[in-house]
Amino acid sequence: MKAFLRGYLRSPPAMIGLLLLLAVVAMAISADWLFPRDPLALAGRPLQWPAGHPRFPLGTDNSGRDIAAQIFHGARISLLIGVVATAIAILVGIVVGALAGYHGGWVDDVLMRLTEAFQTLPNFLLLLVLVAVFGSDLTTVTIAIGAVSWPAPARLTRAEFLTLRNREFVQACRTLGMGDARIIFREILPNALPPIIVYASVVMAVAILLESALAFLRLSDPNVASWGNLIGLGRDVLRVQWYVSAIPGLAILLTVLAVSLVGQGLNDALNPRLRRR
Amino acid sequence: MRVLALAGRRLLSSLPTLLLILVGIFLLLQLAPGDAVDALIAQTGGGADTRAAAEMRAQMGLDLSVPAQLANYMWRLVRLDLGFSSIYGKPVSTVIFERLPATLLLMLSALSFAFFFGLVLGVLAARRVNGWPDTLISTLGLVFYATPSFWFGLMAIVLFSVHLQWLPAGGLEEIGAGYTGLRRTLDIAAHLVLPTLTLGLIFLAIYLRIMRASMLEVLSLDFVRTARAKGLDETRVVVRHVLRNALLPMVTLIGLQAGTMLGGSVVVESVFSLPGLGRLAYESVVQRDLNTLLGIVFVSAVLVICVNFVVDLLYARLDPRITP
Repeated sequence: MKAFLRGYLRSPPAMIGLLLLLAVVAMAISADWLFPRDPLALAGRPLQWPAGHPRFPLGTDNSGRDIAAQIFHGARISLLIGVVATAIAILVGIVVGALAGYHGGWVDDVLMRLTEAFQTLPNFLLLLVLVAVFGSDLTTVTIAIGAVSWPAPARLTRAEFLTLRNREFVQACRTLGMGDARIIFREILPNALPPIIVYASVVMAVAILLESALAFLRLSDPNVASWGNLIGLGRDVLRVQWYVSAIPGLAILLTVLAVSLVGQGLNDALNPRLRRR
Repeated sequence: MRVLALAGRRLLSSLPTLLLILVGIFLLLQLAPGDAVDALIAQTGGGADTRAAAEMRAQMGLDLSVPAQLANYMWRLVRLDLGFSSIYGKPVSTVIFERLPATLLLMLSALSFAFFFGLVLGVLAARRVNGWPDTLISTLGLVFYATPSFWFGLMAIVLFSVHLQWLPAGGLEEIGAGYTGLRRTLDIAAHLVLPTLTLGLIFLAIYLRIMRASMLEVLSLDFVRTARAKGLDETRVVVRHVLRNALLPMVTLIGLQAGTMLGGSVVVESVFSLPGLGRLAYESVVQRDLNTLLGIVFVSAVLVICVNFVVDLLYARLDPRITP
């Protein structure tokens, strides 16, 4: 653990990622305190440029709403959707991958067919279908993003389980008469977990990008302050007031970058041999 | 021939997957509020009485049980009949095939762009590993990966179309200009520059990262040392020996990313108002044209399967060991 921490703290990109991520989390936490008013309420004259008015450091959008307030409150939505959708995807992925990898045989065949079907269908298209069918409030969108993101973690978990299922410690557990569920979740899973946790950062980065793309197309929840919504709104005034779209886009870029850097830092710290690569 | 047989077997084994997708999506769309008749009535301004609606349902087979409807749909699919789009007033297959060329063109150019520059940048980074070119290229890769494509597209429009006025902001060609031949080709190419960059950016980031890792992997193998010991200069070692072996993961990636690319084209085509399949998918979601949506799902899945078939062939050509 100590070596792991030292390995992580020593890497400059990993530290930059961590600081950026902490900054986004701080924005999300302080949003209610710094901008207590509804971020989607009218705040002032529309389309004021950033730094033009002391009350609106980042300017106002085409309906006269404070962009800074929307950025701070948007951090909450992006993190919330990112974390929850990732948790869903990783959880489903682990269960499917563990069952397939541990049991093999027809269970493996059926589950991998299903995974393959999900991977053959473009995931953004599936997301569109889910939104078309179930509507686009925040909960539905989050679950839908989780539902299209599980195949890759499932494959990863399965691969880990395939290499672990016949190790001596697993055979020892079987000899002791442990049940399958206990062997899978208490014995094998902890050994298979590190690469899956690292992969969670990729899932989270993609989840944030998927939500923002959906919001940009105006297919996500219009009643929350989301960065993607703001970019879609700013598109109407893109030719002159391009800052309305530019600012939330930068926020997405930095957040996704932070998540990827942290993931990479975790990976390097967990596999010190690969560091020189 | 044996290669073809192998790839053909893989193609056959993807048929159950296709079936699974179609049944799944069909059942999913049954849960959607409203059916084709509702969409049609809404399209014509509403106000049709319930008797007429029931008659239309009977005519379209919508009054049957769900399994019977599914069987009907499958049987029509076998005959390549995707049904009728109530919004466009044309058969779905016609609508889709009108839109397919733009998407294929966009995907092909974005793929070539990402593959070529990913390869070159990946090789450059691996040659100077941990030096400043490597750091610069790897950082660029990370930033490109984190950039939302639609946002990059919008900013590119602001810079190149609005301020510099170098490139058109949208559409597939200049409408009404009546260009023909080479002039038209150049016009379409100019319209495709920004969409290609936008769609290809994230794949460029992925390809360069994989290429770099795969180069480093192969460079550490014994046969490279042999080639160097033989007195070959570094360029020949890289081009003749390392590159071909390092290319394998890149080719695998094309197959894996085909679906993601198709999904990405939905957003990119909306940003640049290109008349493609992705934009059609978006329009059919907004207008609740579920028949068209189902057709697009079918065509996309077939497209992904075809890309993987070609990748299998390519793979066997690059690596002669894969012909059991």
